[in-house]
Formats: sequence, C-alpha cells, structure tokens
Amino acid sequence: MSELLNNILFLPEAASTFAERIDSLHHFVVGTTMVMSTAVGMAALFFFFRYRRRLPAQATEYIVPTLKTEFLFVSVPLVFFLAWFGIGFRDFTWVTTPPKDSMDVYVMGKQWMWKFSYPEGPNGVNVLHVPANRPVRLLITSRDVLHSFYVPSFRIKMDALPGRYTQIWFEATKPGTYQVLCTEYCGLSHSKMLAEVVVLPQEEYDNWIQEQRRGRLQDRQDALADNSLVPPVARMVEQGQVLAGTQGCFKCHSVDGSQHIGPTFLGMYDRVEQLDDGQTIRVDEAYITQSMMDPGAHLVAGYQNVMPTYQGKLQGPETAAIVEYIKSLRTPNVREGASEGPAYDAIQ
Amino acid sequence: MTPSSSIAAPGATPAPEEHHDHHPSYLVDGTTIKSWLLTVDHKRIGLMFLFWVLLFFLVGGIFALLIRVELLTPGPTIMDAMTYNRTFTLHGLVMIFLFMIPAIPAVFGNFMLPLMLGAKDVAFPRLNLLSLYIYLAGAVLALWGMLNGGLDTGWTFYTPYSAHTTTTVAPVLFGAFIIGFSSIVTGINFIVTVHTMRAPGITWFKMPLFVWAIYATSCIQVLATPVIGLLLVLVTVENLFGFGMFDPARGGDPVLFQHLFWFYSHPAVYIMVLPSFGVMSEVVATYSRKNIFGYRAVAYSSLGIAFVGFFAWGHHMFVSGQSTFAGGLFGVLTMIVGVFTAIKVFNWVGTVYKGAVEFKTPFAYFCGFLFFTVFGGMTGIALGTVSLDVAWHDTYFVVAHFHFIMVGATIMAFLAALHYWFPKMFGRTYHEGWGLVAAALIILGFNATFIPQFLLGNNGMPRRYYEYPERFQELNVASTAGASLLAFGFIIIAMYLTYALIYGKASGKNPWRSKGYEWLSESPPPTHNFVGPQPEFPEEPHFYVDPKKAEVPDAV
Repeated sequence: MSELLNNILFLPEAASTFAERIDSLHHFVVGTTMVMSTAVGMAALFFFFRYRRRLPAQATEYIVPTLKTEFLFVSVPLVFFLAWFGIGFRDFTWVTTPPKDSMDVYVMGKQWMWKFSYPEGPNGVNVLHVPANRPVRLLITSRDVLHSFYVPSFRIKMDALPGRYTQIWFEATKPGTYQVLCTEYCGLSHSKMLAEVVVLPQEEYDNWIQEQRRGRLQDRQDALADNSLVPPVARMVEQGQVLAGTQGCFKCHSVDGSQHIGPTFLGMYDRVEQLDDGQTIRVDEAYITQSMMDPGAHLVAGYQNVMPTYQGKLQGPETAAIVEYIKSLRTPNVREGASEGPAYDAIQ
Repeated sequence: MTPSSSIAAPGATPAPEEHHDHHPSYLVDGTTIKSWLLTVDHKRIGLMFLFWVLLFFLVGGIFALLIRVELLTPGPTIMDAMTYNRTFTLHGLVMIFLFMIPAIPAVFGNFMLPLMLGAKDVAFPRLNLLSLYIYLAGAVLALWGMLNGGLDTGWTFYTPYSAHTTTTVAPVLFGAFIIGFSSIVTGINFIVTVHTMRAPGITWFKMPLFVWAIYATSCIQVLATPVIGLLLVLVTVENLFGFGMFDPARGGDPVLFQHLFWFYSHPAVYIMVLPSFGVMSEVVATYSRKNIFGYRAVAYSSLGIAFVGFFAWGHHMFVSGQSTFAGGLFGVLTMIVGVFTAIKVFNWVGTVYKGAVEFKTPFAYFCGFLFFTVFGGMTGIALGTVSLDVAWHDTYFVVAHFHFIMVGATIMAFLAALHYWFPKMFGRTYHEGWGLVAAALIILGFNATFIPQFLLGNNGMPRRYYEYPERFQELNVASTAGASLLAFGFIIIAMYLTYALIYGKASGKNPWRSKGYEWLSESPPPTHNFVGPQPEFPEEPHFYVDPKKAEVPDAV
C-alpha cells in the first residue's frame, strides 16, 4: 500500500528510519489535500447545476450561517491542522535530537563541493561512507555562502551556515548509494554540487575505514622520509591539539583539570555549566564554537570576560578540530551533573 | 440606462441622464497626453497602473517561458548557467515586485475603492499619482540594473551570497527599495480613504468585502514594507562597501538576513493574496445573486490573516539552524493562518448555496480559484507540519505550492476582476465564448504546469537547478508542456480583450445586474464618479432579496 502510494506520489525509495517515520504522514496530508480541494471545487460546480439562474434578475433568499455552522467551519480544519502539526513536530524534534550513541561526521559545504571528515580520519570529498543501521550525526558548516545538505532517500535536509554548526542525524536502513543534493542556492554551479552517501553493512564499513586509516598511516610513513612533503594531519583530535597550542588556548585553559584563567578543557564537553547570569548550559559543539567566536555570549560563572574572539582567525575545519580535541578530553571523573533529556541540544 | 432589475435599486443615485452631456466619462474627459500623465483621477491612475502591470506581467512571463524551455533537457538547452541564474532571478523579481504586489490593489483597488465607498476620489489624489511615479522610477532603475548585467541571487537575495556576488545587485535592490515607497503611499492612502470617505449609510460592516480585503492589505503594506526597505538598503550597502553585517568572520550574523527578509516577505504573500480574496467575494456574490454567507466571518478573517501573518515568518526557516522550539512555534501559527483561510473558503461555497448562478467567465475563474486556494493553501499547511518540510524545503514542491496559492489564486482573481469590471472600466463587453475557452485553457494549463512540479519536489528535485539528474526529465517536460498551454490561454485573452476594447459592444451601466456598490455609478463613470448630490446607501451590498418578502434571514 505504502509502496504504491510512494510510486503515485513520485517519492524516492525510503532508506532511513526518518523516511519510514514521516512517509505515512505525507500520505495522510497530501491525500486529504487532494480530496478537499477537489471536493470544494466540485461543490461550487454542483451548486451551479443545482441552483442555475432561471430569471435574469432572480431574487434569492437571505441566508446567513448559524453560530454552529461557523463553529464547524473553524473547528474541523483546526482539528486536522493541529493533529498534523502534532505528529509533524514530534518527528521534527526526533530528527533534530540525535541519539547519544550516534557516530559523528563533520560536513563542510564550499562552492561547490561537500567535504566529510571523520573524527578519527579520514577526510573525503563528495563521498560519505556510513554504516547501515547505525545513527549518524552530521555536524554541518560552510566555508563561504549558504548551502543545504539534502538526501532525498533519507528525507533529511539541513542548511550549512558559515561560522556556525548545525546538526541533523539519520539512520540508514538499506545498504546502497544515495544522492546528496545542495538545496540552498549558492551560485554558478549550485546544480552541480552533488555528492553521494554510500551505506555499507557494518562489517564492510569497518573494513573500509580500517583500510582508509591504514592507507593514511602508510602515506605518513612514506612522507617522513621526505620532509618537504608534510602530509596534512588526518586525525582531527591531533590537529586540534596542535592548533590549540599554536592559537594560544593553553595560555588560559588547562587540560589536566587545574584552575587557570579560563575553565579547564578536561571533561568540559557535555558538562552542565552554571553561567554568570544564573542560567545553566550544556557544553556541546554549538556552545564551544560560540565561545570561540563570541566568548562573552554565555560566560561561565566565576570567570572574567577576557577571552579574545577567534572570529576570522580560525577556519571552519580548524574550529571543528579544536572542538573534537576538547571532546577527546572527556572524563567521567570531573563531570558534574547527569545528562537529562536530549543528548544534544539543537544548535541555535 | 437603468438596469432592468425586478428589485428596487438600493442606492438612491440621482438620475444621471439629465446631466449626461455635461459629465462625460472619465475616459474622454480630457484627451491630451498631459491630461493622462498629470491626472489625479483615481480611475485614470488605476488604468495607467493596469498598463504597466500588464507590461511587466508580459516581461515576467517571457522569463518564465525561457526557464521552462531551458529545463526541457537535463543538460544545457538554450542558455548557459549564469544566464539561467539571472533569468529565474528576474522572473521572480519582476513578477513579485512589479506585477503581483501592485496588481490588484493599485489597479482595481484604485479604481473601485472610491466607487465602492460612494466617494469622488481617494483621500489624497496627488499622493496617488505620486505613488504611480515612484513605482515607475523604481521599475526603471531596477530594469536598468537588469539590462546592465542583471543579478543572480534569486528573488530572495540570501546573504552572504548576495553580498559577495559580482553581478549588478545594487541598482536592482535599490529599485525594489524605491518601489516599496509606492506600496506604502498607496497603503496609507487607502487606509485614510476607508476611514474618512465612506458615504452616508456605509458603516464598517456594510462595506463591500473587497474594501475590507484592500483595507487589511494596506495595513500590511504600511507595517511590513519599511522592514524590507531597510533590509534592501543594508544588502546594497553590504554589496558596495562590505561592512560585514552578515559576515560571521567579522561578527555578523548569516541568518539575520533571512529573519528580516521573511518578516516582510511572509506578510507580502498576503499582500498578494488578500486582494484576490476580496475580488472573489464580489464575484461570487454577483454571479450567485446572493449576499455573502458569513459576511462578518469573511471580513474578520482578512484582519486575522493580516495580523497572524506577521508572526509566521519562521516557517521559511525550519532547516536554517533556528531552534527546534522556534520551529514548533512558527508551525502552530502557520496552522492558525490556514484556519482563517479555510473560514473564507467555506463561506464562499456557502454563498453559492441556494443562489441563482450564472456561469460567466468570472465564475469560471472563481471555480479555478477555489481549487487553487484549497490545494495551494493545504500544501502550505503540509509544509507547516514541521517534519515534512525537512524533506520538502527548497525543492520544487515549495515552488509548486507558492505558485498555486500566490500566483494561481492571484491570477484567477486578477483575470476574474479584469473580466468582471471590464464593462465598468471601459463600458464595453468582451466575447463570452472566448472568455470561457481561455479560462478553461488557463486553469488546465496552470494545473498541467505545476502539478508535475509538486511531484518533482516529492521526487527530490531542488529549486534553482540549471542542470538536473536525468530521472527528473519526464516531469520537467510535462511541466513545460503545461506552461505552453498557459501561455496560449493568455495570448487568447490579450487578443479578445484588445478587440473588445476597440470594437466591443456597449455594455450599458450594469451588464451583470450586480448589486455591488461600484455599479451604482455610470459605466464608465464620469470623472467625479457620481453626478449631483452625495449618493446614499441604505442597503447592504449584494442584497438580492425580493423586497416583497419578509426580511427574516434564513439561518443555516
């Protein structure tokens, strides 16, 4: 039934848990729309046939609606609309709240390609490999203008913004290759900004990523012999550590939990911090990024607003690397307060 | 000259015949070019707007056809990528800023509002003329920019792209900024006219529903247009001097633009569609010979749409990185706007119930309008159910949706108004048979153009694609075929209306036997609308009840 409806509506194959979740609402809403619009158009035509004009200047009755009729006019559509909204918003919250055990991939759009980086390496362009039946969280940013990451078969889409991270997650259900399209107009080759998601069964994925990392290591050892060709560091954590050193983060932030000018990086990620305005905030990717770009926006209680902004000093991937480095310093010992509710807050 | 109605005329207009020689119609009262260009007569200004608006509709339509031809094949067809990007931008700009926003308010609003209120003119006739010239000045500047390179940002001008692109952004945006003033001036003029110029007997709840719709539209124009004005100046300045307002690398905000843009552009959708609702309320009452079913509900829902429409802008930004909570809030508010529209639709259908229907061309457009409004409106609701928008956002589904509700409804109403008021404006009749043929072609062509686009969106084709994967081709070809049908319909209309303008039979004062207030004057009306003393309006508009019957309303 649902297959047939998908064919009639030209919906692509549903290949993620989110697609399976929203397609029935899609059928319900679009079906009701088609029935109602035809019914209303037909009602006008029926009334024309039923109440044709007999005399050129025919008089008619003066008919006004009762309160009951008006109430029906308002309440029937309202009930339908709110029911759709209720189901839709539940699913929207679901798709903007990645599960805790999801695998992270950093996505960066630039004119006109998509770059994908795994925290443990490798980096790739225009092809994203993911395991089937495992939640994958995409942390999306852009290097230049707006882009939007769209996989029709997964029914997911999220804009890529320069200087910010947005997130969305999916769980692919069937191995295969799925097209990625850019849906935010981004200039001359907007329509050529295509990529693909390759969904592999878990074992094949494990083999693939090991192969990739081994290959990288091999490259690196080869290159050590020739120092003129220093390869880019593939692991984001290592890259982040180097960057944190060169950018001077360690002048104020310790990594061993000791007190310093700024809060320690040790166990910072996912901690619930008390802010100086009395509110609390969970330290996630969005908050760390924001604190680098606009340090005074949400100041942790007990610290001075002395950090300079790194706006313009750090590229998108560099910011991501530092975030990943801070995440690597997670420790259960220092962590205060248990996590509650969604594992990640939506990025503002 | 008086309509051969079996019912007493509601307006006590003095007999015009005795003064007729001294009061020529506004069309011939002064025949020099100057008497047209410097006129302060709302009817002549309305006609001049009609001329320009139709011209820009032609320009926008040619751009639309170029787009459809280009999309016939997956690869390049007739133009290169840069030309294509400029073409869809100019199609959007011309159609929205130069055609749809002024189409009904500036043409039919200008022409009919004073007639419907029993006034001699609008409150500020000179301001009215100024509004025309501001519009033309903006249009000239924008067109100059388009001819000198054109811009490739899409009509939404999203930053940071619009601040970076090397195409000619500044003159076009500044042109649109100037056109905004025309919108504001017209809005103020109409609001004051409605408040102060109503003839004796026309209370707020006896105003024709077209006046209510124009009033609600004017409120939106006055309140929302300044926001887009300022925003366009900001982007222009950003493009010329690069202050970094929208550049995150310098502390700017990349999403701020979208909030400000949709804060205007969402209400702007209602600037385009509310006047259409007003036209249809008049048309359905006239051709069904019925009072509007639920008059107050229709009037209040116009105001409701105008008010709530201001708080739904975030539903354009569900996947822009705004918070999930904000997404929910904007989603609920969208549903409420939908309910106001549903009230109107049900009341229009209720108006036909137990009427005395005559199936003329405007009524054909009314049937098409009902279909487009319900289908287009409910796909809007579908986009407002937040989760579905994640898949649909920025695909052809959105393109098809807004063409259905914004363009479909507005075009239906514009054509209905043009046919319904053609005798009023020119005193001549068009050929009814050709009218119905063209209406059928246009309704059919519109569906054939945009239903494939809904399916393309479902299938995953993003908007603004110059080239596309091959699996999208069949539906694109279907859409282009529909568009040619649509174009054919418009050509027929242009031909028989032009013919009717010159050779059409004299229509007489009130060929539809309508009891709308505007038909109480001569057709075409004399320069000062009403001859003799101030007319009075003892009855409500569209009152078709036999005076011999007891006046007890039947409640259903």
